[in-house]
Amino acid sequence: MKRLTTFVLIVLLSLAACAPAATPTEEPTATTPPVEEPTATTAPTEEPTAAPSDRTVRLMTHDSFDISEEVLNTFESEHNATVEILQAGDAGVVLNQAILSKDNPLADVLYGVDNTLLSRALEADIFEPYQPPMLDAIPDRLELDDQYRALPVDYGDVCLNYDKAWFESEGLEPPSNLEGLTEPEYESLTVVENPATSSPGLAFMLTTIGHFGESGDYTWLDYWTDLRENDVLVTQGWSEAYYEQFTYASGGSGNRPIVVSYASSPPVEVQFSDEPFEEAPTGVVVGDESCFRQIEFVGVLSGAENPDLAREWIDFMLSETFQEDIPLHMFVFPANENAELPEVFGEFAIVPENPVTVDYTAIETNREAWIEAWTETVLQ
Amino acid sequence: MALRERASERRIGAPYLPRLARFLIYAVLLSFLALFYFYPLTSILTLSFAPEGQFSLEVLSRFFRTSRHLETLWFTIWQAALSTLLTVALALPGSYVFARYDFPGKSLIRALTTVPFVLPTMVVSLAFTALLGPRGMLNLALMRLLGLDQPPFDLQHTLAIILLAHVFYNYTLVLRIVGTFWSNLSPQLEEAARMLGSSPWRAFVEVTLPLLGPSIAAAAILVFIFDFTSFGVILVLGGARFATLEVAIYRQTVHYLNLPLAAVLSVIQILFTFGLMVAYTRLQASSTVPVELRSRQVTQRRPQSWREIAFVWGNVVLMLLLLVTPLLALIERSLTLGGRVSLMFYRELFRNPRGSVFYVPPVAAVRNSVGFALATVALSVFLGLLAASVLSSRSAASKKEEAASSTTDQGVLAWLSRALDPILMLPLGTSAVTLGLGYIVALDEPPLNLRTSPLLVVLAHTLVALPFVVRSVLPAIRSIQPQLREAAVVMGASPWQVWREVDLPIVARAVLVGVVFAFTVSMGEFGATSLIARPERPTMPVAIFRFLGRPGTVNYGQALAMSTLLMIVCTIGFVVIERFRVGGVGEF
Repeated sequence: MKRLTTFVLIVLLSLAACAPAATPTEEPTATTPPVEEPTATTAPTEEPTAAPSDRTVRLMTHDSFDISEEVLNTFESEHNATVEILQAGDAGVVLNQAILSKDNPLADVLYGVDNTLLSRALEADIFEPYQPPMLDAIPDRLELDDQYRALPVDYGDVCLNYDKAWFESEGLEPPSNLEGLTEPEYESLTVVENPATSSPGLAFMLTTIGHFGESGDYTWLDYWTDLRENDVLVTQGWSEAYYEQFTYASGGSGNRPIVVSYASSPPVEVQFSDEPFEEAPTGVVVGDESCFRQIEFVGVLSGAENPDLAREWIDFMLSETFQEDIPLHMFVFPANENAELPEVFGEFAIVPENPVTVDYTAIETNREAWIEAWTETVLQ
Repeated sequence: MALRERASERRIGAPYLPRLARFLIYAVLLSFLALFYFYPLTSILTLSFAPEGQFSLEVLSRFFRTSRHLETLWFTIWQAALSTLLTVALALPGSYVFARYDFPGKSLIRALTTVPFVLPTMVVSLAFTALLGPRGMLNLALMRLLGLDQPPFDLQHTLAIILLAHVFYNYTLVLRIVGTFWSNLSPQLEEAARMLGSSPWRAFVEVTLPLLGPSIAAAAILVFIFDFTSFGVILVLGGARFATLEVAIYRQTVHYLNLPLAAVLSVIQILFTFGLMVAYTRLQASSTVPVELRSRQVTQRRPQSWREIAFVWGNVVLMLLLLVTPLLALIERSLTLGGRVSLMFYRELFRNPRGSVFYVPPVAAVRNSVGFALATVALSVFLGLLAASVLSSRSAASKKEEAASSTTDQGVLAWLSRALDPILMLPLGTSAVTLGLGYIVALDEPPLNLRTSPLLVVLAHTLVALPFVVRSVLPAIRSIQPQLREAAVVMGASPWQVWREVDLPIVARAVLVGVVFAFTVSMGEFGATSLIARPERPTMPVAIFRFLGRPGTVNYGQALAMSTLLMIVCTIGFVVIERFRVGGVGEF
């Protein structure tokens, strides 16, 4: 037992000792043939990614990134370049990977940092400043970083959605603002996501912080106490809330007609429905300060291998070609005001006029404390 | 006393491996682990504890200042223990049924019981809600039956549904590991005890149970570690109120980027796994007895008396209820559109109306998943057999021999052999997010610039699959009667011939169990791979997640259709593996 522990300690320590070194001391063992052989013959891989050629731009992004093949091909043929897209989990995971690999970056461009994570990205100093010409077409309220390290690409609003048919059949008016949810007639009707594990959950918590504030007669925590008394249901993530609890989307297994989702959800419902709609089946609560605006940013990573091509790619992302492709692939709104919206968005999408504002630096500073306070109030 | 005699007897006939061969095997295994486990792990831990090159223990004092993390640790332990007990208790009768009886549909049912293992938690959560939710099928049926206007039970976000999900996922581990071992045990031992006047229960407890012990322990330790590091089940089904260490590590890393605290939690999780494994390995090495293993043709028969028939089918019905009804609920939903049966969602899988770059043709998703799985099987079975061969030959070196050995390399070998087994299990107890970030930090320079290589996916899967192969094979190798090997040696067989003629036929069945698990682990694994920055080579679970992340009936339907496809591919995979025969040895 004792010797065994010592052995492990020796292994751990010797490895720890060589860890920061550029080349691990175990290197020679990499050539031990039995280890490599079976994978080399059966792995569905052509070769490990070697150093990218001159005309490759590597884009690091989250799993929700999507774009049409045609638009991507436009860039590749116009610039005689290849775009390599690396996806690795949600926006938080991707940003952390970028921060941890900042001395030897995984990619040239990082897309998908939103305003709840922006401060962490800027503090870690992972971006090079760049001022693309297209910024003129982007409204100032979306440009949060005055040093042009993180550039806005798109935005979307996290809002309460409701099931129109359900409210009609119950003869009840849908809520018009945040306050409504605590009224007795809306008891046991709402499902929200946990801000500790879900990005729309965090956005909705920030909405209540921005709207009710942290001090005064009725703080955001008082609101959550009331919501809890009104039997609000909390799920881990958006999928569970929407597809298991929301009456409209759960195929009958859910019993909550109000859900925290996106302002773009109704047009997406129409787009991805099996039947044509006259009007969207779900509605959005767009009262003053009842939505939170998520803005997504892109930036050139410091130490990028191909910074010139990276900047050309960013120009392309902000151009109308790319921007007009955004709504139907990522279900958010283009930042570039000259970009035309697809028909289904033009017809069914709602953009709240007065979303709540929360300073992005305050979000990173207070994130943990706010989530702790929320957890204590709502779950314990 | 009897045990001790047998142990010394075993020494003579244990598998013989030349010392050099053993050193080589250790070198291969340890360098694999060193490169792809310890090196990335220590890199990220070093970075976490000492970002400026200076170790700081400040975080430790912060850790102990609040009781919350200790509470998390305690919950992690007891829910895992409870889940394991429940899983073993429910699956043991089933293992007996599969070991002793032959009945129609057996191999399909066995294949179906393994399907849960590959399903992503989000999909399982959908199925459980459809079945057990407040407006699920069971509640609606009870409301109609009893004339109630409120659902009689609500399991949402309770401990009960966490336990149920853990049984759902892990039942197959016990069924396959214990059931396979049991099916090769001669029933004559128990019959002899019965003839000498024991009650069936006493015969089971005093004769069969001790013989089964090693395989039950092997299965239980895997189930425990799986439940101990449970992530998706706790988050998705348990709702927001429960947290295991794995969940806490994820939150600290991803949401707060609090690497020092995440590292402390990771180390605690790893040390706990290691301690558990050390205890387990010692217990195992001293309790395994060689027994006469029999071909299944001798040990299995059709149920005859009505009691046997009731017992067999009662267990089958339990399995179907626990494990298969949630699968059926998913399939039913994937085929329903507006209250009617429709194949629309399946047809949609083959369309890419918006010309998306990330459109995954179902055939490509299947090909990617199966490709990764086959590569994982090849690598993990190869390494697993190497490991099992040195680990079992270790029982050859009894304590006495060790003490007597004067040369240092003998001591080193004994040392290595005792350390290897627990070390092999460590990746199972390691947080996926920690190791994932470790890869990013460590494997970033040639010749090991694997950060964006698909090879990394195979390596990560193999780390998780390896313990399953070892746990499946080891009890079988250890239980081989030494006389068989002795006889072969006396007749002039070389070590290789002994292995091929004596060990392989007996072990083949257990290897197939290992193959099934390696295949399964790779098909269903999402945690670690989703955290590896990968160029486009999406697997089926990745495609399911993509659909589930978006609103719209069609996306939801396609997620269910893709899940059904995943179930079908896996079921076919399991049946094919089970049918696999190596010149008749698979018959065993």
